[in-house]
Amino acid sequence: MMNLSAVAAMTLLGLSLGLLLGYAARFFKVETNPIVEEIELLLPGTQCGQCGYPGCAAAAVAIANGDAPVTACPPGGRDLAKELAAKLNLVIDLSGVVEKAPTLARVNEQLCIGCARCPKVCPTDAIIGASKQLHAVIRDACTGCGQCVAICPTESLQLYPIETTLRTWQWPKPLIAH
Amino acid sequence: MKLFRFHGGVHPNDHKRLTASKPISLLPIPQRLYLPLQQHIGAPAEPVVNIGETVLKGQLLAHSQGHISAPVHAPTSGTILDIGPLTAPHPSGLPIRTVTLESDGTDQWTPALEEAIRDPLILDPEEISNRVGTAGIVGMGGATFPSAVKLKLSLKRKIHTLIINGGECEPYLTCDDRLMQERPAQIADGIRIILHAVQAERAIIAIENNKPAAIVAMKATCAHLADTQVIVVPAQYPMGSEKHLIQTLLGQEVPAGGLGADIGVLVHNVGTAYAVHRTIRYHIPLISRIVTVSGDAIRNPQNVEVPIGTPLSDVIQHCGGFKTTPARLLMGGPMMGNMINNLNIPVVKGTSGIVALTSQALTQQLPKPCIRCGRCVDSCPCGLVPLEMAAHIRKDNLEKAAELGLVDCVACGCCSYSCPAHIPLVQYFNYAKGALFNRQQTKHRSEETRKLIEQRKSRLAKEEEAKKLAALKRKAEKDAQKKSLKSQADEEVTS
Repeated sequence: MMNLSAVAAMTLLGLSLGLLLGYAARFFKVETNPIVEEIELLLPGTQCGQCGYPGCAAAAVAIANGDAPVTACPPGGRDLAKELAAKLNLVIDLSGVVEKAPTLARVNEQLCIGCARCPKVCPTDAIIGASKQLHAVIRDACTGCGQCVAICPTESLQLYPIETTLRTWQWPKPLIAH
Repeated sequence: MKLFRFHGGVHPNDHKRLTASKPISLLPIPQRLYLPLQQHIGAPAEPVVNIGETVLKGQLLAHSQGHISAPVHAPTSGTILDIGPLTAPHPSGLPIRTVTLESDGTDQWTPALEEAIRDPLILDPEEISNRVGTAGIVGMGGATFPSAVKLKLSLKRKIHTLIINGGECEPYLTCDDRLMQERPAQIADGIRIILHAVQAERAIIAIENNKPAAIVAMKATCAHLADTQVIVVPAQYPMGSEKHLIQTLLGQEVPAGGLGADIGVLVHNVGTAYAVHRTIRYHIPLISRIVTVSGDAIRNPQNVEVPIGTPLSDVIQHCGGFKTTPARLLMGGPMMGNMINNLNIPVVKGTSGIVALTSQALTQQLPKPCIRCGRCVDSCPCGLVPLEMAAHIRKDNLEKAAELGLVDCVACGCCSYSCPAHIPLVQYFNYAKGALFNRQQTKHRSEETRKLIEQRKSRLAKEEEAKKLAALKRKAEKDAQKKSLKSQADEEVTS
């Protein structure tokens, strides 16, 4: 009886605190710069950190303040830089932006030791595998951010360029100058 | 019947005399057949046979996957040698999963799975669509869209007119022409079956006026049919385009980005009608097709009935080989066909022709600057402004090109054909369509990624919450236990 009432009290406490926090988040919401939010929506959102900021939200603030260039996001590439420039009404020179070929992470089965570290850092939950089990990357969910590559102790995870298949091939641009 | 006109179009030399008067010859079964698992628009087929297995003619090799797909059948009896990637009959030259079948020379049929149908017109319309689907029939004009999907959609959307496309406006190609000349009764029967399958009121067989023999044959066959009419349309490229054929016959435009079904019309190629006849009447899946082998580099140009999967080299050899070394090889016609650089690729369901041209037949010149003469505008059958679109695409301003109506371009090539400056206009449009599609895919992907990240965040938050709750619970239990122990001890003390 004592046990049950204690559990009930704690559950009640948890629920009421949760509700309170939820409402507080609504009522005391800090108004942020709307452009920051808009920029954050444009960014890939993988929190890969390749821009040098601790995540996409921080990068969005930096871009909005003008601390970071619109070309700061390597995974976004040329298209994202263009979109950001249009949003911020900037004229940019895109000739310096090198389009990084899209990559995907792949597990080398011979090297994987099943340490279960990579599933924990994957921002899109694209890696499956329990400890002492072979891990695998779900192609459709992988964004090629490379966080798993950094944490893999055996270099089993590597990024590979996405190969063109018949389903993804498109006509190239005519090269002839005129 | 009053005919209408569509704007633009071109009148290239049709070169059809090379093959139009020669009968269709039959290609002997080649030693090896190569059957790509994707010969259609949609998802690739999945093999149901294993390496080393013996199969009979007409047996299912790979079944369709998903809504838009088509199965692949064995064109002859033999042994499966391999299932793996081989060069695809595609301009990219990339590999595609292919079943290699070695013929045993007996060409033995698989026993029919279903009973012969005496009268297909008493069958349920949907049953006909299903049988067309399991026979692997796709649009034989070259678009290779699975026919069953089109039939089912048409039945649902209520079609009033079925148009049978005998336009064949591509230069050099005469496979539909010969089919209409030699097998008009079979085509007419196929049309009756399709009419029943989509419950349409009437059928119109449209034939360009440069095929007099086909017109005579089809008219004689359809004379006694009240609901089927043969209409002669002017020879004007791209008459065989679905939208332009509808416009010419009915005077109605298919809405931009829409289908013929939107205005109650279904268009099928004569080759498709013939394939439907063979399937419904005789249970013959789509395992062969008629291919025009033509061009001034071929010694003996003619139409050949070829088992699907035959290497192009075998077909060319059957036609006497090359007279001279060809400067260009095409799969399909010269207007919309694709350049190929290798004869070790197979004939597939959508191969309407193999054209080998010498350098005399080619008029390739280097592009010069656009002088804005507007000939491309005059010739565009879709009412677009190719020169403007190409200028934007050249500067990678794809959005502008899309605003100007890039999606309505049917890639017929009239603009490139008529451009006096030899600017590769349609090539620009093909590139831009692909690039825009890729961009859309990327956008879709990043949206999906965002969703995944959100899901992960909420999962982590939930886990955290659960952990906290569990810790609290454990603590509470421990406290309770302690208390009860203490009270017990107290009781013991007091007692």
